[in-house]
Parts: sequence; C-alpha cells; structure tokens
Amino acid sequence: MKLENRYLPPLLITAILLVSQVSFGVLESFSRTLLAIATAMLCELLLARLFYHKWPVLASAYITGISVGILIRSPEYWPFALTSAIAITSKYVIRWRGRHLWNPSNFAICAMLLIAPEYIATLSIQWGNAIWPMLVVWVLGAVITWRVKRFHITATYVASFIALAFVRTLITGHPFLAEVAPITGPMYQLFIFFMITDPKTTVRSVRGQCVVAFFVAVAEMLFRLAHNVDAPYYALTCVGPVAMLLDVKVERPG
Amino acid sequence: MPGPDPSRRVRLAVALFFAALLAAPLVYKRIETREKATQSAGVLSRYGFRFTESSKAAGIHFKHVSPKLDAKLHHIMPQVASMGAAVSIVDFDRDGWPDIYVTNSGEGTRNALYRNMHDGTFQDVASDVGLADLNAAGTGVSMGAVWGDYDNDGFDDVLVYKWGRPELFHNDGGKRFTRVTETAGLPPWVNANTAVWLDYDGDGKLDLFLGGYYPEDIDLWHLKTTKIMPESFEYAQNGGRKYLFHNLGNGRFEEVSAKLGIASRRWSLASVAADLRGTGFPDLFVANDYGVSELYLNEGGKRFREAGKETGIGFAPKSGMSAAVGDVFNQGRFGIYVSNISEEGVLVQGNNFWVPQPGATKTTIHFENMANSLGLELGGWSFGVQFGDLNNDGFEDLYVTNGDVSLDPNRSYWYDYSKVAGGNKAIISDAANWPPVDGRSLSGYQQKKVFVNDGSGQFREVAQLVGVTDVYDGRSVAIADFQNRGVLDAVVANQNGPLLLYRNTVQPGNNWIEFELEGQTSNRSAIGAQVRAFWNGQEQLQEVSGGSGFCAQNDRRLHFGLGKASRVDRVEIRWPSGKTQTIAAPELNRIHPVKEPS
Repeated sequence: MKLENRYLPPLLITAILLVSQVSFGVLESFSRTLLAIATAMLCELLLARLFYHKWPVLASAYITGISVGILIRSPEYWPFALTSAIAITSKYVIRWRGRHLWNPSNFAICAMLLIAPEYIATLSIQWGNAIWPMLVVWVLGAVITWRVKRFHITATYVASFIALAFVRTLITGHPFLAEVAPITGPMYQLFIFFMITDPKTTVRSVRGQCVVAFFVAVAEMLFRLAHNVDAPYYALTCVGPVAMLLDVKVERPG
Repeated sequence: MPGPDPSRRVRLAVALFFAALLAAPLVYKRIETREKATQSAGVLSRYGFRFTESSKAAGIHFKHVSPKLDAKLHHIMPQVASMGAAVSIVDFDRDGWPDIYVTNSGEGTRNALYRNMHDGTFQDVASDVGLADLNAAGTGVSMGAVWGDYDNDGFDDVLVYKWGRPELFHNDGGKRFTRVTETAGLPPWVNANTAVWLDYDGDGKLDLFLGGYYPEDIDLWHLKTTKIMPESFEYAQNGGRKYLFHNLGNGRFEEVSAKLGIASRRWSLASVAADLRGTGFPDLFVANDYGVSELYLNEGGKRFREAGKETGIGFAPKSGMSAAVGDVFNQGRFGIYVSNISEEGVLVQGNNFWVPQPGATKTTIHFENMANSLGLELGGWSFGVQFGDLNNDGFEDLYVTNGDVSLDPNRSYWYDYSKVAGGNKAIISDAANWPPVDGRSLSGYQQKKVFVNDGSGQFREVAQLVGVTDVYDGRSVAIADFQNRGVLDAVVANQNGPLLLYRNTVQPGNNWIEFELEGQTSNRSAIGAQVRAFWNGQEQLQEVSGGSGFCAQNDRRLHFGLGKASRVDRVEIRWPSGKTQTIAAPELNRIHPVKEPS
C-alpha cells in the first residue's frame, strides 16, 4: 500500500498532463517538458550517487521535472533544463540538519523568475474553457491527497485562499470572482496538490501543516496586494523554509 | 535520502555547480548585451539602411482616436477599445504613386486618404472622394480597410470593415467613391478585425473573407449584457463568425462560408491568403486571439478544409494578433509569421514563424515553428508585422510593431489582467468580473522590433539602431516604395497615436527590381499572382496580397532587393488564372509594369 501511495502523485500529474495535452494542446511542445523531466531525473541520479552512493527512487524527481515542464513557459529550451537542474541541485545544497528546506520546483521557479524574467513566465491561463476538466482534476487530486494523508493541507489552503480573496475584495474593491479566479486555473491544481503537500518540505504535525498552509495563503495575499503575478510561488518560498527551520528546531532543539 | 554523509569535497563541488547554474542566465544576458553594444557603430554600413520618421515633413498630421463603447465597459475601456488604428496602401487614382488610407475609430472622427503628391509629401483627400466620414454614431467605427478591384474596371475598390456596419465603396475612376454596401449584400453588422481579398475559385473575380472578433449580434455601444468577453484566454470559441463572400459579378456577393467549410467562432484578428502548396489556389491562414490559428486549405477552389492540427500549426494556443507570409530563405516557399504576446516575467508566448518542412506536396504540408532558432521570437505585445527587403540585400526582413495600452508608465495592469485571464469561463467571459484598468498601462511604451535577415538563416533585431525609436501603441504596419526609388518605406498606425511614416535610406550599391502586375483573365488587381525571381542561385517568391499583417495591406507592387547581383536570370509569374509567364533577364533598378498575357 505504501509503495502504491508513493506512485499515486506521479500517476496523477502524468494523467493531468496527458489528458490536458491531448484535449487542449496545453504545452508549447512535449519536447520541452520531456527535457525538464529528463534533466531532473538525470540530476537526481548523479547527485544521489555522488552523495549517497545509491540509486535513488526517481518518483520525486519525476514530479519535479513534470511540474517544471508544465509550470514554466518559455519559447527557449534551456530554461526548462536549467530550472530542473536548479530544482534538484537545491535539494542537495540547501539543507539544514539533513532536511531540505524548499520544495525544489518551487524554489527553482522563483529563482528563475528573479534571475531570468525575460526568458520565462509561469503558467497563468486556463486549460480549455469547460468546467468539467477542472472538476475531474480537483476530485482526482482530492482523492489522491486523501489517500496519501495530505488532503488537510490542500483543504486548509483552499479555504484560506477563498476567505482571503474576500478580504482582498474588501481592500481592492475588485469583484470577488476576479479575486477567486486564479484558483480555478491549472497552475493552482499543481500548486495545491503537489507543491504545498510535498512530504519532504512540510512540517511533521498535522496541525502544523494546516498552520503552514494558512500562512502560505496569507503571504500570498500580501504578494497579491503588491500586484505580484507569481504570488503563490513566492509565498511558499518565503513561508516554507521558515516553517521547516522551526520544525527542525522543535524536533532537535539546540 | 539515507546513506553515508558525502565528503566535504563533494559538497563543495555540488555547491559550486549550484552557484554556476544560478549564474548561467546572468552570464547569458551579459553576453547578449555586449553583442548588442558592439553592433551600434556604423548602422548604415552594417545593416545597409536607416529609417527616419518623416510624417510631419510629408504633410501627414493624423492622430488616431479610440472609440468610447458602452458605459458598462467603462472600467476596462482602454483594454477593450484598443484597436482600430489601421493603414493600407493603394494607388487609388492609378497615377503610379502609392497612396495611404488610414482609419480612425473615435465616434464622429474621420478616416484619411493621403494622396501621394510625388514630391515626398501627401495630401488628405478622403473628404473630397467620399472616404472620410465612416465613423458616424450608430454605424460603428472603422477597424481597417482592404483594397481590391472587385469589378475589374481598373481601379481598386475598398472594403472598410468595422466594429459595426462593413462598408464597400466602388472606386469611380480614381475620382470619387460610391457606397455599394447594400447592393453587394454585405451583412448589417460585423465586429470585424480582419478582411482579405482573394480569388479563391480562380474565376477572375475577387472574393472577400471577413473575420469577426466580437460576435456579430453585439452592439458594443448598446450592450444588453456584460458577458461579451472571451470564454478563455487561450481556448475561446465564442467570438465572431467568419464570412466568405463569393463574387457573383454585377457588384453582388453571396455568403458561402458554411457551404465551403469555414465555420469558426474563434476571435480572429488577422488573415492572409496565399498559395502555400503550389496548387494554384489560395489557402487562407487566420490568426486568432485567445486561441490557436487556423489554416484553411483550398481544395481546388471548391471548398476549404481546416487543417491546423494536421499541418502542425493548430497546437499550443496563443494570442494571434497578426499574420504575414514571407520567403526568408529564398527557397521559393512561404513561411507564415504570427505575432503573439510576450511580457517579461508574466507571459512569454513568443511569436511564431511557421516554416514548411521539406517534402511538402500539393496535398501534404507540415509546418514547424522556427521563430526561436531564427531569432524572431520575442516582440513584446506584438501587433502588426510585414515582410520586406528593407536594405535591398536580397533577403526579406521583418518589421514588427507592438505595445498594447500606454497610460501611466509606472503602474501596470498586468497583475489584474492575469487574474481574470487564468479564471474559469464563468469568470473571464463577464466583463463585470474584470478589475478596472484605472489608468494603468498594459505592455505599454514598448520598443519596436525590426529584424534584419542576414541571409544565412539568422535575424538580428535592430529597431533602435536603425531609427525606429517610437514607443506608441503600434497596431498596423504597411510597406511601400512611396518615392518609386527602389526603397521600401514603412507606415505605422498607432492606437491613440499619430500615423508615422518611416522614410528609408538604403546604402547605395544594392540593386532592386519591382513588378506592378495587372490581370486580364485574372482579377485585374492581380491579387494571388505569384512572382519568382531567380538570380545567383537564389529563388525568391512573392505574392500579390489582398491584405496581410494586422488590419493592413502593403502596396500591391512587388519589390525584390537583389544585393550586388548585376543580373536577374529570369522572373516567372504565375497568374491566378493559371497562366504562366517568364521574363528573361529583366532590366534592374526599375519598376516593370506587367500585363497578364491574353
């Protein structure tokens, strides 16, 4: 059962990608996404051998690669390879007491947005225009995060986002639906099912995970009020490592 | 990951590798910047041409005004009322000198027809000939115009398409224009942003394609609902319908789009007709905003077959703004350039250049997007594009104008725009859900792009270096040799901005040749005629076009730069009627009038 669960997220993300590409042609090209996946897996293989002298399980690198392949948009090829390489390498370089602090793809995307904004952007549009694909992904995602015992994180984040969208409406005067709109996009489907639930970069307690999800939503609201189009990525990048450091500290004081 | 601790040396090496990864884009950027800096010296000698903005000196004092639509759209007015500046080139009086027609879009504003005075200046005669007053309240406002001699009387007539009532005017001997809209049988209201003349069935009479943007049942000044926006940013199919008007003769047209296989409600912004496969019949390419482009393959003049996916261009939806065809490799075949949106850090769609892959036949053709490898990809929020040999070196260059809404330069609407752009159909399609623009810019004040073809498969962007320095919200570009001197100038229509005339100075020494075609059996405008020039192992293909770019039309006269070549081996003309004609070793550096053999 444990093995099955480990492979559920990769299976889900692959299904999302294939269905979306076949139905709507969402990718600039398969080749760029494959490049991102291949680079992530290759880096993982090399670094795991180098660091631990073992062959790693590549499920996590696969998710990183496919996330990068879907979430970044660029007409060039090299940003896909570079983002994946940064993502995987960050896991090995930026560590604290044996744990890595950032979700790898989230960290790499933020890094690329900061250092190469003229070459990349993030996925910011709908896939298709019907509501049923969105519902299918949400239901499937919810079932799978439930099975891997991460649904509370997703649920907390979504509830917080919607509540804070209402707060933003009060502050900006913009329609509530405009503030809620982003979460209906595919970028958020990847964000809430794969990034914020990443077992390696979430704190240990269930309550702590919910609190962190809430603070990610709060940080995102602040970025949104500052008109940052990549608010969720930056929010997770800011809140995630703070939570991880506190968690490590609580786990092993001193 | 369990296992033994890595050695310090391994850690250090991986940390250095990580730092190198992070530094890579910065190094790449620095190399690019350094390369550009070294190119700025000796522009004329390096690139062989230089533009000088000369509208005022030429007597052109035109400023475009945007429409004011229904008050329900007031909060996003700058974004929705962001089109209508258009320019087309025609020799309306057949004096042998290209004239300029430019549309305005404010209610009650006037369009202008600049007659070429042969001395470098122009004079607006639109009111005198009856082509000025086209934006009266209640009739909609102009979006563009295309010229073609639909009745083969020797003078080009004009269709002015609008967000409103499309208007067809008959050219009465180059002196007056008579409105013939009702006789022609055009629909009462189309929110159109593209039209192109083509003779799709080769019967010698020009037909007309008209592409809707907003649905035709929407009067943008009297909205019944705010649910008029695209249902998706990249998959919308709730736009205006398409029309194909078959020319019946006697000034009448029959709408045949559904009968011939054109049924689409994508949000069309541009169309271009060209024979892409050598069948003798023009295919039709349509660039759509909020979605994929469409390619309608002409099946023997009897019907069209949409082959976007089959030919490779119908995937990866973007925001198609403009389309033009060009033979940039001198291989005797057209590629199709489509402009899209790129905004640093927000949306990097990249423009497309669809190049036919080797092995194309009359029945099979497949395109590959080569914009990236050719250096033609990034053009900002790109609008109008046109190909033309700007330095007469024998290779076609590319002019791209851009910029969406320039208001407060320090505040951007992009964040709020991206919120709804990513929203579900129920949200994005209702204008009431769109946050107010509130005086902010959306990809405003952008630097234009002029891509010079180096002849070896690479383009270099040189706009700032060659004098194209304006930052208006460019919409429509048209290219013509206004002074009959063998040099292509550019005219640019800007939204809420002036009409610009970029006069071209080309370094002496390169040769050129031009052809002014007149059909006899074919339509008299010779739209659809293909000319192949052969010299020094080069074979460049051009086609007389009934509209290309964004709401634009170049001069119908075809211009070939020849570089240092002292001789053109031959020129082959394939007329729309199917007749072919060869001109051996035509004289260089002159304009050749050519009549279709009877």
